[in-house]
Amino acid sequence: MKLDLLTSLYVFMLAAFIGFEVIRRVSPLLHTPLMSLTNALDAIAVVGAIILAGEHHAHGAMLAKVLGTIAIVAATSNIVGGFLITDRMLRMFKASGPKKP
Amino acid sequence: MTNLTGTEQIIEIAYLIATALFILSLKWLSSPTTARRGVFAGELGMLLAIVGTLLHHGIVEYKWILIALVLGTIIGVPLGEVAMTAVPQRTALSHAFGALCVTLVGTAEFYLRTPDVPRFMMGVLSLEVILGSLTFTGSLMAAGKLQEILPQRPITYKGQNIVNLGLLGVAIAVAGMLVAHPEKAQFFPLIVGIPLLFGVMMIIPIGGADMPTVISLLNSYAGLSAAAMGFVLDSKLLIIAGALDGASGLILSVNMSKAMNRSFSNVLFGAFGQEHTAAAGQQEARPVRSATPEEAAAILAAANKVVIVPGYGMAVAQAQHKVRELYDALTKRGVDVKFGIHPVAGRMPGHMNVLLAEADIPYDKLLDMEEINGDFPQTDVALVIGANDVTNPAARTDAASPIFGMPILDVDKARTVMVIKRSMAAGFAGIDNPLYYLSRTLMLFGDARSFVGSIVRELGGGHE
Repeated sequence: MKLDLLTSLYVFMLAAFIGFEVIRRVSPLLHTPLMSLTNALDAIAVVGAIILAGEHHAHGAMLAKVLGTIAIVAATSNIVGGFLITDRMLRMFKASGPKKP
Repeated sequence: MTNLTGTEQIIEIAYLIATALFILSLKWLSSPTTARRGVFAGELGMLLAIVGTLLHHGIVEYKWILIALVLGTIIGVPLGEVAMTAVPQRTALSHAFGALCVTLVGTAEFYLRTPDVPRFMMGVLSLEVILGSLTFTGSLMAAGKLQEILPQRPITYKGQNIVNLGLLGVAIAVAGMLVAHPEKAQFFPLIVGIPLLFGVMMIIPIGGADMPTVISLLNSYAGLSAAAMGFVLDSKLLIIAGALDGASGLILSVNMSKAMNRSFSNVLFGAFGQEHTAAAGQQEARPVRSATPEEAAAILAAANKVVIVPGYGMAVAQAQHKVRELYDALTKRGVDVKFGIHPVAGRMPGHMNVLLAEADIPYDKLLDMEEINGDFPQTDVALVIGANDVTNPAARTDAASPIFGMPILDVDKARTVMVIKRSMAAGFAGIDNPLYYLSRTLMLFGDARSFVGSIVRELGGGHE
């Protein structure tokens, strides 16, 4: 096992702990927006797809381009749709109080 | 560590900031007052990461990248504008898209690297494509069931679990073989194809009421497959985003399973519906008390404290806006109205809150099960709209009941219970609900939307 893989494992472990601690605090009220937001953030996989589609490959260039391009489309639709709907949902949550629209 | 060039430094710093923004984004989501800031942080992080990646010196061709980004945006906008009732299927669909991206990138990476793929790399790559492809078809199936394109009824057959576990076992065995012999590229399609089939088979036996757990679980798989992709591409940003998503899905799945008093394996391998269809048949005709909208309105108007318990039936009947009118009419009369929400009400975690928030009900009136249960003994009227199993006292008392042990909303402790229901038919689990036969329970037979509408008219008529 190479050293950078070990570093990656540390990063994964720490991120998982942070994830558990941060997400445990999200109120059940917002669990649906939570899922749509994490879904949008998860679409950061687009960076991998961009590099795959854009880099020069000595062999398998066609495969990389086609799969990479479809992958970018899929991830981008998650980014755009995910952020849009999360914000739409969160705008609807209003506290009761004197200020009424 | 190798020295980075100027551009590479900029890219890495952009990724670092993006990571921090992602974590802040989730942290700010903890409260409705800061949540929108969280979305903004997430968007900014995403923008930084994408722009940073586009600066990458290795990228030689931009045409297809830009076309794909535009096309993805064109698909994404309508997906961001679906109706709130359709959010569960939209979410399932986006899990499918995320998984598709990961699977395609993983597949391409394998063929670009073969035959020399290091062992550890082959292991995470296998994990990436197995999780990715089963999440892809599984989520598509879940979306189809939620959209009612596919039958919602669980489909079961003898030996189903053995077939499913067998499929998964074969996929894992092939992956193990590939780790040992990464040069045998001809076997790679199996670790994509078999999980694709497994994803379909996994969702076939799952019914509508189990969807909140299943969506959460698929969310977790999508996150873990993205984290695995981060290992393959050596991208810390991707590892962290995937770990956060995986953790979130896992927490939600555990919550949902607990709320149904069932284990993961029970949800995945249990096929709830089948065991109890028999129980539903032997229902005897016991007397129930029913009431008219006028009587219901009079009781509600005389109450000090009312708790409304909505279920998925309310969303099906599109009654949430009428419920809001009822909330307004009662609040105007000085009645204290709150909502008690069970974690599995609706088709995904938190779904009911979103539907009620859309109907403009203030979020501080929406209380989850633990917060509201202590209030029922002091509640004058508990009004159940389109919920059934989550109010079934048999879960507390009847050890023979299939839902025994499931935490419920204790509506039966309120002074008066009113249940709006179309007929005496049993709920999703097909279990009779003793709540309906209590002497303090009034059944309000009718469509949720028109019945609540009639109550509101009565209340309005008496007031103005």
